[in-house]
Amino acid sequence: MTSADLLNPSPAAAAAPHLRPAFAPDSTGLHAPAGDAIVRLESISRAFGSVVALREVSLTVRRGEIFGIIGRSGAGKSTLIRTINGLERIDAGRIFVDGRELSILNDAALNRARRNIGMIFQHFNLLSMKTVFENVELPLKLAGEPRAARASAVWQLLDMVGLRDKADVHPAKLSGGQKQRVGIARALAGKPDLLLSDEATSALDPQTTLSILHLLRELKAKLGVTIVLITHEMSVIREICDRVAVLDHGQIVEGGPVWEVFGHPRADLTRQLLRTVRPPLPESLVEALHPVPVAGDRCLLRVDGSGAEPYAAVLALLAGDSAWQTDIVHAEVDRVGGHPVGTVTFSVRYREDPLRHLLAAAERRAIDLEVLGYVGG
Amino acid sequence: MSADDVELFGMALAETGIMVGVSGLLSLVLGLPLGVLLVITHEDGIWPRPGLNRLLGTIINAFRSTPFIILLVALIPFTRLLVGTTIGTTAAIVPLAIAATPYYARVAEMSLREVDRGLLEALRALGATRWQIIREALLPEALPGLVSGFTVTLVTLIGASAMAGAVGAGGLGDLAIRYGYQRFDTGIMVGVIVVLIVVVSAVQIGGDELARRLNRRL
Repeated sequence: MTSADLLNPSPAAAAAPHLRPAFAPDSTGLHAPAGDAIVRLESISRAFGSVVALREVSLTVRRGEIFGIIGRSGAGKSTLIRTINGLERIDAGRIFVDGRELSILNDAALNRARRNIGMIFQHFNLLSMKTVFENVELPLKLAGEPRAARASAVWQLLDMVGLRDKADVHPAKLSGGQKQRVGIARALAGKPDLLLSDEATSALDPQTTLSILHLLRELKAKLGVTIVLITHEMSVIREICDRVAVLDHGQIVEGGPVWEVFGHPRADLTRQLLRTVRPPLPESLVEALHPVPVAGDRCLLRVDGSGAEPYAAVLALLAGDSAWQTDIVHAEVDRVGGHPVGTVTFSVRYREDPLRHLLAAAERRAIDLEVLGYVGG
Repeated sequence: MSADDVELFGMALAETGIMVGVSGLLSLVLGLPLGVLLVITHEDGIWPRPGLNRLLGTIINAFRSTPFIILLVALIPFTRLLVGTTIGTTAAIVPLAIAATPYYARVAEMSLREVDRGLLEALRALGATRWQIIREALLPEALPGLVSGFTVTLVTLIGASAMAGAVGAGGLGDLAIRYGYQRFDTGIMVGVIVVLIVVVSAVQIGGDELARRLNRRL
């Protein structure tokens, strides 16, 4: 489904998200046309002894996007991202990066291919005995670039991440955020088309996390580098990713454009992960909720969705009848990738028949309208 | 202390210095590559060769479990083959180096194994060859530990060199045995002990200081 479809929803297209089965690789939107793919994984599997880390994972990363892979620890994220630059071998399947099949390369060819794939790490993995300058210079040195050419490239990279004044300092003297900036500069030194980020912000505080994420987005825009990141934090996905895949027990259970997945999470895991970025109703309200209405109660209605339509449509339905005495009790709407995404909870006066009609009308328009319960009026 | 005594001590100190210095250097040159080999051939090293790893480990353990005084005598034919003599300082250097090499290999292995695996992975991700990983990450990152380990090896060698008197190699230990023990010259005995304490302390303090200066992790 394209964003144009969502802006002008035909009944069929608008209904589609609800009709998608819980797991069907081809409906997740993770398969882009081969032409603009920079990474293509074709049902890759990997097991460690009897523990299956990845089970027939297929996905396509488009050139120029930021692709997020989210999952709990132990879901196989680390293994998955490491297969993309061959740090982790696979038992079955095929891996294409930049149109080249990575999974069949020999050591020397794999090393050359890796120089076109940058990687940053949760624990930065900077060489403690080398200065910031030497760390950033390392990939160029490994590639055999002459010293003079290396120096100017390194200064440029240090300017880009704002660490020119730290060139002669050793990593131990840097803060976590600064270390990751060095990591990013090092990863980009070889002018890679692809940058892999392995929980790059997981060891950082929220403020530093944001600054690193913004730097990544800025570098993506400036250099056109494609980014694949893994994280266990939905906030990271929301902040910078264009598309997301949700990994659970080595399988992709859900995927697609971030705003769509956020708006219509299908997998239980996705809903759980989303709770961290979308707080539930206030505790006091939840405690007052009861499932069976009594006369004089008010009814809590929640609209879940993405795009402006669900909220506007429900508001329009409610506004047509002042007897509803409509009130908004809770709203959490974010902009994700330019689309409003979130939930709005309305409180309306409980009237049995009109409520039934309202729910039926919402269903006809494929609006995710749900009765949460009832509270005393 | 007479002028003769001073000369005696000077000679002994020089002999010990030569024995420890040369065998120490040899153990570094031979032991360090062995230590690297032990680490990279380990099953989760960057060049896993479990068979070779076990073979090396066994040989090293065999040498390490032989007391030096026995090694000294057992190696006499080999020493003659190598340096053409079985007595004197030169002859003592051979068994000393052969005893110290596996010792330093183990010490180096420990330091090298301490290097964060994440760093090696980062280098692999950058497309580094195995040799580049060793040169750019493994050895530099382990350097402070390798220096500390070499200091320990030198101190051990100073101790072992005392036994080299058994093949007429001279040195401080030999001085203490011949004058202090066999001729009941307590003055010489105490003198040797004092000199040994000073020398060992100097080596230890110098090594610690160098390791501290090299360490960038703090």
